[in-house]
Amino acid sequence: MITQAILARLDLRGRLFLGAILAALILVPVLNLVVPSGSPLHVPTWLVSLLGKYLCYAILALALDLVWGYCGILSLGHGAFFALGGYAMGMYLMRQIGTRGVYGHPVLPDFMVFLNWKELPWFWYGFDMFPFALLMVFLAPGILAFVFGWFAFRSRVTGVYLSIITQALTYALMLAFFRNDMGFGGNNGLTDFKDIAGFPVQAQGTRVALFALTLIALAGCYILARAIVTSKAGKVLVAIRDAESRTRFLGFRVERYKLFVFTLSAMMAGLAGALYVPQVGIINPSEFAPGNSIEVVIWVAVGGRGTLVGAAIGAVLVNFAKTTFTTGALAPYWLFALGALFVLTTLYMPKGVIGTYAEWREKRREKASLAAHAASKPAE
Amino acid sequence: MRIIRLPLTALRRLASCLFLGLFLLNGVQMQGAQAGPLEDAAALFAKDSFTDTARAIELLADSGAAHAGPAIEALNDRRLFVAADQTVYFRDATGAFIALISGAKLPAEPTGGTGVRVNNRIRSSINTALGTLTLQAPDPAKRRAAAEAVFKSRSPDSETALQAAIRNEKIAAIRDIQQTALAAIIATSPNRSDIDRLAAIEVLKERGDREALTPLNQIPDSAGANVKDAAKAAAQTITNRLATWSAVQNAWYGVSLGSVLLLAAIGLAITFGVMGIINMAHGEMVMIGAYATFIIQEIIRQNAPGLFEYSLAIAIPAAFLIAGTIGIAMERLVIRHLYGRPLETLLATWGISLILMQATRTLFGPTNREVGAPAFMSGSFRIGLIDITYGRVWIVGFALVVFFAVLALLRFTPLGLQMRAVTQNRRMAASMGIRTARVDALTFGLGSGIAGLAGVALSQIDNVSPNLGQSYIIDSFMVVVFGGVGNLWGTLVAALSLGIANKFLEPFAGAVLGKIALLVFIILFIQKRPRGLFALKGRAVEQ
Repeated sequence: MITQAILARLDLRGRLFLGAILAALILVPVLNLVVPSGSPLHVPTWLVSLLGKYLCYAILALALDLVWGYCGILSLGHGAFFALGGYAMGMYLMRQIGTRGVYGHPVLPDFMVFLNWKELPWFWYGFDMFPFALLMVFLAPGILAFVFGWFAFRSRVTGVYLSIITQALTYALMLAFFRNDMGFGGNNGLTDFKDIAGFPVQAQGTRVALFALTLIALAGCYILARAIVTSKAGKVLVAIRDAESRTRFLGFRVERYKLFVFTLSAMMAGLAGALYVPQVGIINPSEFAPGNSIEVVIWVAVGGRGTLVGAAIGAVLVNFAKTTFTTGALAPYWLFALGALFVLTTLYMPKGVIGTYAEWREKRREKASLAAHAASKPAE
Repeated sequence: MRIIRLPLTALRRLASCLFLGLFLLNGVQMQGAQAGPLEDAAALFAKDSFTDTARAIELLADSGAAHAGPAIEALNDRRLFVAADQTVYFRDATGAFIALISGAKLPAEPTGGTGVRVNNRIRSSINTALGTLTLQAPDPAKRRAAAEAVFKSRSPDSETALQAAIRNEKIAAIRDIQQTALAAIIATSPNRSDIDRLAAIEVLKERGDREALTPLNQIPDSAGANVKDAAKAAAQTITNRLATWSAVQNAWYGVSLGSVLLLAAIGLAITFGVMGIINMAHGEMVMIGAYATFIIQEIIRQNAPGLFEYSLAIAIPAAFLIAGTIGIAMERLVIRHLYGRPLETLLATWGISLILMQATRTLFGPTNREVGAPAFMSGSFRIGLIDITYGRVWIVGFALVVFFAVLALLRFTPLGLQMRAVTQNRRMAASMGIRTARVDALTFGLGSGIAGLAGVALSQIDNVSPNLGQSYIIDSFMVVVFGGVGNLWGTLVAALSLGIANKFLEPFAGAVLGKIALLVFIILFIQKRPRGLFALKGRAVEQ
């Protein structure tokens, strides 16, 4: 019944998207685990992790699209929520190292021993328990987004001003996390993980499981986002995007809608970060860099803002391009390509890949129907 | 209490007398055993124990021999050796080997030479000895340094040398330093009369800087209560004076940082104010200005080295034109198509900034480039207790000149009038026949050109690298957002107050935390006044 309810909310594009996720969910683990490594169809484990990383970015892009594409809030600080979720997971993974660290301290992570800390700071308590860490993955970015949004939306900070202060937010957090005495590992960040929920992080099975979990999370986030934007509240969100003052004059409490969708989006970003960390194996303050957050925006713009599916596809596409560029001889030209992507997308493809394709198909259909109409006329 | 204290001080006096006596006795013994101080010193060096080495250094310094100084310096650099036959010799700066006792050049290096060892204690005696030796050096700079060294070490051993130096000193400024050094010795060493100490404290108070605090805090217990009170009062006076000057210094640093922020933000304020767009490539315009300065200097270095003094004067218009031209090209090619879509403009200009940054990296390499400072900008002068570099003064002045020039341009020229008209009401201005598209292009060019000017100034104080702009872009946004859009005075106030606040927060919170605190403050401030400090008043409603 739930499946039916979900399917009823989805258009063709959404069904295709979920179908693709389901196919990947079955195919990739099978190709990695069952197909022997000599076979050309075999998917190596590093590729599984790389794909998993792309999918984490896709969740992040989806989260940003929810606020930017549907509510007009251009957040240049979504990287901060992503990194906070990542740090929450990273702290859990650090605690799981136990005595296997370089210094072999039973409680303190290596960097704290190195900095001569005597006991665990209070904010590290509880992170040895997986459920607590999981809760913090959502709560840490969620609370930050709620408090920030509460102030920002209530005083009607909009447009570029909002973008700039979200950028200042992530910049301030970056500076803070770079400090050694913050207790988050300073510029080295958290790394050298061993176990996640009892399974070794490096193991093939764990990696495939993490990949599958990321896929499921992406599907879940998509269904949730889709449910929101197709609901009545979703219509209000779009109205806010298109004419905020008018919506307010009509009696809607604009700031509440904004706050709700902003907080939810931050939590999604946090989840993406939490899935990202064990697959990449490190989290450090450069994830907070303002440049990273702006890059997320371009993923959404390339895929098509306000389409959800497009955001996810854009994230995968751009990051695939980035990997191809930066690993080959073209590495010095990646920034040229990325810069050009920013300029050309905003100039010539403001609706992104998905939007442009939909437009093109619409036009063709119109033309076809016109032609059909014209053809049918003389016969009359 | 009193009954207990008296015998204690008496005991201490007794102990110090005994110590002094022993020391003298020792010296007499040594003198008796050998011929001259140089021979004694050589014998002691040959033993190569730290205590003996320290005594040998004193003997050497007091000997008055011409090669005493070089010998002690040689010991400091471990160039003093003891040969197998106990000859002590050293290698001087020219590489020749010189015997310690005779001071004559040796024909060849003696065999089996081992270096005399030094440790930190020996090094400090070396410094004291060198201080004594150089107190009367012919070079005034050396004399000054020697007097400062004695002032820092406060070693009672140099007292006689110091008094002799004061008698012979011709330069008043150096004599002052020598006298404060003497005062520091008198104030801190035991067995002085209270009257001497009080006079010494007065001299130290006169000097009044951080170094003068140390001797004032080290008055021996044997001094009278009035001496201690006087020292405490003098220390308090000095501390207050230091606090005042440190506040002045912070304010100056703040103004200096603020003027840099102002330079970086003026251009942004104009483009944002008039066109309502955020130019993320603004920082790269600053960078281009800095590289323009670099290129101009390179050309001058290769073709006309005589013009180097004027290189910045040439770079100023060049940077303005180059950055301005690139700005106009940006506006015509990209931004023009995005009017009415501020968020898209933000993305497109970010893309342009990436391209410009990478282009610079490809052309000039990722490393820092050296931009020289002309002679009139180097050096510094002293006001009270703080040093002010001429470079900073020039930058503050330059920032203010640019600011008022832009203000005048907006106020008194036709272009300025048109810009203000477009800022206030774009459609009405268009209806009045102002070619808004042209005004936009010129405004963008002007804003970028001013960023180029900022680059010229920044090339003097920051590393000229492709990332130069990135480090200023967020700060300049903060200034513009804080100051309010469309009002240059707001930008001035915001830049200076952020700069000063930053520098005053730094000593308490550290550079990073201070910056975070300011960012958080601005984030909160925007909530309260979403349009900045000096918002344009009007009935315009967004959308």
